[in-house]
Formats: sequence, C-alpha cells, structure tokens
Amino acid sequence: MLLEAPFTEAKIRALKVGEMVEITGLIYTGRDAVHKYLYDGGKPPIDLTDSIIYHCGPVVVREKDRWVVKAAGPTTSAREEPYQGPLMERFKIRGVIGKGGMGPKTLAACAKVGAVYLHAIGGAAQVLAERVTAVEGVHLFEEFGSPEAIWEFRVERFPVVVTMDSHGRSLHDEVLRASQAALARLG
Amino acid sequence: MTGKILQAQLLELIRRTSSRLPDDVVRVIEKSWRKEQKDSNAKYALKVILDNIAMARENSLPLCQDTGTIICYADLPVWLDEPGFRKAYEQAVLQATKVGYLRQNSVDSLTGKNSGTNLGPGSPVFHLQQTKSRTLTVRTILKGGGCENVGAQYSLPDARLGAGRDLAGVRKCILDAIMQAQGKGCGPGILGVCIGSDRSSGYVASKEEFLRALDDANEHPALAKLEKQIVADANRLGIGPMGFGGATTLLGCKITHRNRLPASYFVSISYMCWAYRRDGFQLSEAGKIIRWLY
Ligand code: SF4
Repeated sequence: MLLEAPFTEAKIRALKVGEMVEITGLIYTGRDAVHKYLYDGGKPPIDLTDSIIYHCGPVVVREKDRWVVKAAGPTTSAREEPYQGPLMERFKIRGVIGKGGMGPKTLAACAKVGAVYLHAIGGAAQVLAERVTAVEGVHLFEEFGSPEAIWEFRVERFPVVVTMDSHGRSLHDEVLRASQAALARLG
Repeated sequence: MTGKILQAQLLELIRRTSSRLPDDVVRVIEKSWRKEQKDSNAKYALKVILDNIAMARENSLPLCQDTGTIICYADLPVWLDEPGFRKAYEQAVLQATKVGYLRQNSVDSLTGKNSGTNLGPGSPVFHLQQTKSRTLTVRTILKGGGCENVGAQYSLPDARLGAGRDLAGVRKCILDAIMQAQGKGCGPGILGVCIGSDRSSGYVASKEEFLRALDDANEHPALAKLEKQIVADANRLGIGPMGFGGATTLLGCKITHRNRLPASYFVSISYMCWAYRRDGFQLSEAGKIIRWLY
C-alpha cells in the first residue's frame, strides 16, 4: 500500500499493524544527537508537523554540486525511547522509521498523537539508498557531523512494515508473546 | 611476492567480502523466501534482503552500511613473516576504507574519537598461525555491531533456564539466546556456538564456526544432530525475519566443543545477522590467487 505525503493524521490513523507500506514524499533523518537536542529544547530547523523521522545515519557523499546517498539502512530505534514519545507529542510527528521497534512510552504516544512506528529492513542499505531519489537539504551538519545530521530525503516507494500503530497494537509485543508460548510448547 | 602485490590481493578480498554474500548463504535465504507464506511480512522482508544482496554484488558496494568488525584469519607459510602480513593487511584495510568498501568504523573507547581509518588498538582483529604448506590462506569475516550486541554466554547449570550440564542444557541456552535476540540483530540469523573452554577462548571458537559453509555437516554426530534440531526448533518459534513473525528465524547453527575445567561449563554463542559476510582465498608464493574458498 502506498503512503504519500502529506502525512495527515487521518492517513496515519488508517494504518494497521502488519501492513506493508511504501512511502513517497519527504522524510527527515534523525538519530541520537538530534533527538537529544530537540528533547533538551533545541529549535527544530524544519517544521516537524506531520513529519516522518527516519532513524538512520546514512553515508552521503558530495558529487560535484549535489549530495548522493550511498547507503541508508535503519539504525536501532530503542536508543531513542526516552525522547520519542515527548517529541511526537510536542511536534505532532506522525511517523518514525527504524528497526527493532520501540517501547511502551512510544506506543502510548502513537495512540495519543496519531502516529505510527514503521519498520525498515535492517541491513538493506543498497535497496533503501536507491529509494532515496534526492537529498533536498541538510541541517545541523556542522554541529553533529554527517551521520547525525538531519537530512531531507525525497523518497519514492520506500518499503516499511507498520509494527506499531495508533490503536495501541505492537507487532513486537505480539510476536514476543506468541514466541514465548511456542517455546513453552517445544519444552 | 612483494608487499604491494599482497596488499592488492588483500584489498580484493576485502572488496569481495563487503559486497558479495557467499553462495551457500544466498541459497539458504532463497530457500527460506520460497517457503514463507505469500503476501506475508516475512516474505516481503526476505525479498528486500535478496534484492539488496543482488544490488550490492552487482555494484560492488557494501551490502550493509555497517561493515562491522574486520576479523582476519590467516595461515602463514614460512616465506611470509607475521609483521609483514599484518602490515599488508592493515594497508589494505586503510585503502578499502578510503574507497568506501568499508565504513569508518573504529572508535577510541576512551575518547569516542573515530580513527577514520579502521585501524587502531585491536582493529582489525587478527588470528594468525603458521602452516607447513607453501600456500597462504586468508579468510575475512565482517561482523556487524547490531548482531554482535546480542551474542550471549551462559554458565551451566543455569537455574532460570533449568539447564544442566549436558546437550539438553546447551539447547535451552541456545533457544534462550534466540528469544533474547528477537527483533534485534537483523534476523534471520546464524549462530556460532562453543561448548566448554574458558570465557574468552569460548567466544573466539564460537566465531570460528562462522568460517564453515552453511551446508556442511558437523563431523561429530551428536553435534550434527543438535545443529539440525536447533534450526528446526528456532524456526518453530515464529519470530521470523526482522522479528515480523514467520517461519525463518534462523538460517543455520554451527556448534563446536572444547575441553573445559571440571568447575566450568560455558556455552558461548555468537549471533551473525543475515548480512553474513565471509570470504577467503589461497595465494601462491608468486601472489596468484589459486582459488576462492567460498
Ligand atoms: S546487524 Fe548486520 S545487517 Fe543489521 S545493521 Fe548490523 S551489520 Fe547490518
């Protein structure tokens, strides 16, 4: 299913756990340094309303007069758990892309704000880089360095799976419970 | 062979390792993809993974942006001294980093500063030994950080798991490690396991299991059986690729054993992500590649 910008609350609320989604539009990268900066009251250099944040430290190189993305796989999201929920609420962030899922604080914020967690395929650096069709800007580059900066990525059919939705469901919790039961059966 | 020729061949080894998944691994991923249910998240994830493998191979680009810990195993013939080999390998790493086969991935643990070269105390990791053969054998594994973080070591007996000092206890430890790793470490994974030894040598031996091809058979019948059983059990847990659910949780399990002290019984488990980058070759004294090992 296609998820196209603008990422409105109505579109995001319609998404359900387990759905395979391809994103087309503008998304912003942000990882540890950005999350801490915003959480501590730093001013966002872009309008984050109805935005999608990608937990990614990409490899981006300058070729002549433009930026080219060489690798753009997701990084582990759990590290942002203390910050993500409050930031979703403060800025009306509608989606987070990453890997490994997030915890109960973020799940609660998803329900409250109308946001989702979108799981990218970990390690698929080449496929994901190919879906970034243009780099439209970069912010906080001097301050945090390339992997930690906010990159504006124009993406086309960027493949993810909804693993936490705005209705309180988390695929991670469900798979954990099912696997615990299966393990008990195996003995 | 001159140092320059050796360095150039080692650079080619690193390039191949970073961009090309071995055929035995690709075959198992393809087989798993065929087995997963139509339209499932698991099948979708494996498809993206297979596309990624093909793209990296075709374009000679890193399979994953985390090019991992660089682990070098080499059997050195008499015509090659150890410091000379180390220097050539380090120069190849430096070059590979410059041209982008490897990411800048080596950070000073005290200052947090990235060396930018992948060189520094303990990086790359060397396991060197002498050989009576005239042939130089070099293998390289690139071991990602996400999957390294979910490795685990157990000391048996373990009351929480109800695991005793026997193969049934070992099985419980391994299944527990798989449960703990779910959703982390970019599954489907491959396990390298060592039963026995001390804590540090146990982990070293567990990683050496990653040098085996996925489709080989353990020469020890009891371990061969346990390896098969672990894969079958793990794939019944329903964790699936990326923890999405599905039938592919583990692509392989390789188990070895070492003697232990009467007082100790360690089970050391290393977890490898699907981006299971290993390669190796044999070089003649003249510097020619005699054959690729995988
Ligand atoms: S765990 Fe493996 S596939 Fe995942 S990001 Fe690390 S190296 Fe890449």
